Amino acid sequence: MSKDLLFEIGTEEIPANYMPSTLKQVKSISGAMLKNYRIAFEEIKAYGTPRRIVLFVKGIAEQQENLEELVKGPSRRAAYDENGNPSKALLGFLKGRKAELGDVFIQELSGVEYVYYKKQEKGQPVKKVLKTILPDILTSISFPKSMKWGNKSFRFARPVRWLVPILGDELIKFDKDGIKCSRYTKGHRVLSKGSIKINNTAEYFDKLKAGFVIADQEERRAIIRRQCEELAREKGGEVLIDEELLEEVVYLVEYPTALIGGFDAEYLKLPKEAVITPMKEHQRYFPVVDNDKNLMNYFITVRNGDSRFLETVREGNEKVLKARLADADFFYSEDRKESLDNCAEKLKNVVFQETLGTIYDKTQRISAIAEYLAAILGLNAGAKKNLLRSAHLCKADLVTNMVKEFDELQGIMGREYALLQGEDREVADAIFEHYLPRFAGDCTPETLNGSILGISDKIDTICGCFAIGIQPTGSQDPYALRRQAIGVTSIILDSNIHLGLAQLIHNSLKPFEEKGILKGDEKSVKRDILEFFRQRLKNVMIDKGFEYDVIDAVINAGFDDIYDSYLKILELSKWKYKDEFMNILGSFNRVSNLASKGKSTEINELLFTEKAELKLLHDYDKVYAKFVNCVDNRDYGKALELMITLKKPIDDFFDNIMVMVEDEKIRNNRLGLLKSIGDMMNRIADLSAVVMNK
Amino acid sequence: MTFQEIILTLQKYWADRHCIIAQPYDVEKGAGTMSPYTFLKALGPEPWRIAYVEPSRRPADARYGENPNRLYQHHQFQVILKPSPDNVQDLYLGSLKALGIDPVKHDIRFVEDNWEAPTLGAWGLGWEVWLDGMEITQYTYFQQVGSIDCQLESAELTYGLERIAMYIQDLSNVFDIEWVSGINYGDVFKTAEFEHSKYSFEEADTKLLFTLFDEYEAEAKRLLDIGLILPAYDYVLKCSHAFNILDARKAISVTERTGFIGRVRNLARLVAQGYLKQREELGYPLLKKAVFGGEKNE
Repeated sequence: MSKDLLFEIGTEEIPANYMPSTLKQVKSISGAMLKNYRIAFEEIKAYGTPRRIVLFVKGIAEQQENLEELVKGPSRRAAYDENGNPSKALLGFLKGRKAELGDVFIQELSGVEYVYYKKQEKGQPVKKVLKTILPDILTSISFPKSMKWGNKSFRFARPVRWLVPILGDELIKFDKDGIKCSRYTKGHRVLSKGSIKINNTAEYFDKLKAGFVIADQEERRAIIRRQCEELAREKGGEVLIDEELLEEVVYLVEYPTALIGGFDAEYLKLPKEAVITPMKEHQRYFPVVDNDKNLMNYFITVRNGDSRFLETVREGNEKVLKARLADADFFYSEDRKESLDNCAEKLKNVVFQETLGTIYDKTQRISAIAEYLAAILGLNAGAKKNLLRSAHLCKADLVTNMVKEFDELQGIMGREYALLQGEDREVADAIFEHYLPRFAGDCTPETLNGSILGISDKIDTICGCFAIGIQPTGSQDPYALRRQAIGVTSIILDSNIHLGLAQLIHNSLKPFEEKGILKGDEKSVKRDILEFFRQRLKNVMIDKGFEYDVIDAVINAGFDDIYDSYLKILELSKWKYKDEFMNILGSFNRVSNLASKGKSTEINELLFTEKAELKLLHDYDKVYAKFVNCVDNRDYGKALELMITLKKPIDDFFDNIMVMVEDEKIRNNRLGLLKSIGDMMNRIADLSAVVMNK
Repeated sequence: MTFQEIILTLQKYWADRHCIIAQPYDVEKGAGTMSPYTFLKALGPEPWRIAYVEPSRRPADARYGENPNRLYQHHQFQVILKPSPDNVQDLYLGSLKALGIDPVKHDIRFVEDNWEAPTLGAWGLGWEVWLDGMEITQYTYFQQVGSIDCQLESAELTYGLERIAMYIQDLSNVFDIEWVSGINYGDVFKTAEFEHSKYSFEEADTKLLFTLFDEYEAEAKRLLDIGLILPAYDYVLKCSHAFNILDARKAISVTERTGFIGRVRNLARLVAQGYLKQREELGYPLLKKAVFGGEKNE
């Protein structure tokens, strides 16, 4: 016979964003514990509302399974003396297991006889075992921040106020630091009066519902979504549901009732982000758009309660939003009184980093880097002028009222204000785009100017921080340098830009060197930064689904041109699973092994006497120029094809030629040939890093 | 309900629930938490229950009396319940009912907000309480005060009195709040708001304030050395206020800022340690008082 188990942990309001991870933990912790305690079950479910965490186990066994375990003791020789009396070792073994002499027996293991004891434990009633397990589950949940209260021995996200553990229709009774278990749960904080008695697990969800609590988060999510959609439709619009916000709202309410409110259409003149941001970030409202995706002057909020007195709640919320939008409107009009050029001047008083100077200093460095990149990438005069203009203005919005109030609007307001003061569209877009990507999975700039500005800003931050020794360590990364380096890499890949990373870093470090704030010598700082990029590039490639060995093979051979490395990885990944490619790996590995012993690539044809070495030299000579041509044109597929033609002569070479001969001249000549071939390979990848499959 | 009726109602409500009703502490401070009735009493094993109005000065929030929501000085109604009773949330909701705010007719939410005061070396977990989308109260379970773990955790309720009054009186400008029939908030404070704004942003003598900060700090240390804990704490508060004016005046750079905060926090920690030692030597006299406690359900 099996029953269901209910364990409700009643709490004060748990932060909404803790809940998804909490419920995952509840499932995994209780699953592991039940298994550990040999308790069979069908399924584990976890539910959460702001005031309760619920573990629900379907079909849990009533009896623990019996335990039978064979425990190995000392060997027979060590266990008994010649008269057959037990030794100290055996007695100790028995004592440790609380066993008698008669309980043990002899069994052979790999030709040696040992004493064994069969440990048996009869399964206990699950009801009894749960008294141990349930309090452990309660205290095993971890939260981003937890607190102490009322002299309890354990911490929790917020105070635990009641516990309802019921197995079928039986109450499991235990006491956790004075929090007593009972059949009494609580309904909605204000809509439900008194306590709700739970007689058995089957009636739990219905009884809660009668008490204005919908325990199942998925049910609440569906209700909220449907209600929001309906309300928006009634106004001829569509609700914009941000899934992250929806998830938060789901865990902010026990009994959701959505309601729609309005605001003065006058505020629609504000940039839409300036309206949406206070709505979402501060008030957890959903915005509404019309059929053309234009923002409408409505918002949808989800009340924790029923549909009575909705008018009061609506009025209150409208008033709060009105004050927020009035603030935004005031900031917006104040900001427009001042040009972005003036704002840029003010950056002279805003510190970027104590040693690295002000943000104004930073924009000057960004300009210099952008100018360098413009030259490399061959920007025309008009584009370059716009680029430098956007570099000058890109941080100006940081001192506007709007961005000071809502920092997530940085870049967005910059673009807006730039357009308003008549800047070129290209300038405005680059100002916005230079912050991209803002988070993992965010888009990268669409315009080339945006890409260049974005790379310049990020590489300056990275180089500046490394220059003064504040690079990331472990989990510490206060300037988000990892994100910035991944950003640089993603921008380069998405915009197909070829540039030399080492030279870019060298140029970006120059201002710090000139200022005399470089910690250590330029060479080692540069090396550290390159190493930092190597790791990020690897991660980005792994995220794109490439295989480790292919990534390593290419990156080991160099990654100065990041986009080029990507093209090589792309090509090599295609080749890796071709038979003819796998066949040559062995041959090329032999080349690499010896090539590393070669000192120079100088070859004297006259010193070659054997047929096989002459053949390899000639074939290499024949292929080399074409190969280089392919590599220069980045036709890596063709280049690999050419390399493969060398397989036969290489194999013949190794079959017939002894490389490490006594005669130094001959030895070096042969090594020189192998090194030449190795170097050629390395222009694509270090093939020795590729793992052979099968 | 007028502004003063709101205060009187809250005082009566919490007096009925075994709180001492105290008067504002007479040294400038940025929040009710900084009153010794909260900061010091939150330390150690002794129970404590108190409620008081605290005028709170925030020079950087000053707006010359022109902003409908922001003030140089606003009023907090502060409640400390130590230890935090099990039904503290119900007690709080009861106080809203007393103010005529029936939770059934509104949307009341407890939204995560963790409180931290770096100058005091204090932090706690809790919520901001929303009334139909508006924050009206800060609700915190203290975890650390003066960089010392709380032995007996307190619940702190900080009501924003102006916010609540604006809601109850259905106003959009703080200066329109009816203080008492015929007198509004502006009549009482408008001039003060203007003058203190002008002082904080334009006229404060920064050289003098830097000197005062150093001297207040030195005096606090001297007093700590001779075991005068409470006077020492007054000087810590004076340091903090001097720092706040300098900060509003933008006289402190970002780098210096951390240093000044660290100096105040250090003093706060020394005071907290001194206070704990003093209470221990006195044998924790409040442990013997039975007045704090005896909960009735709402």
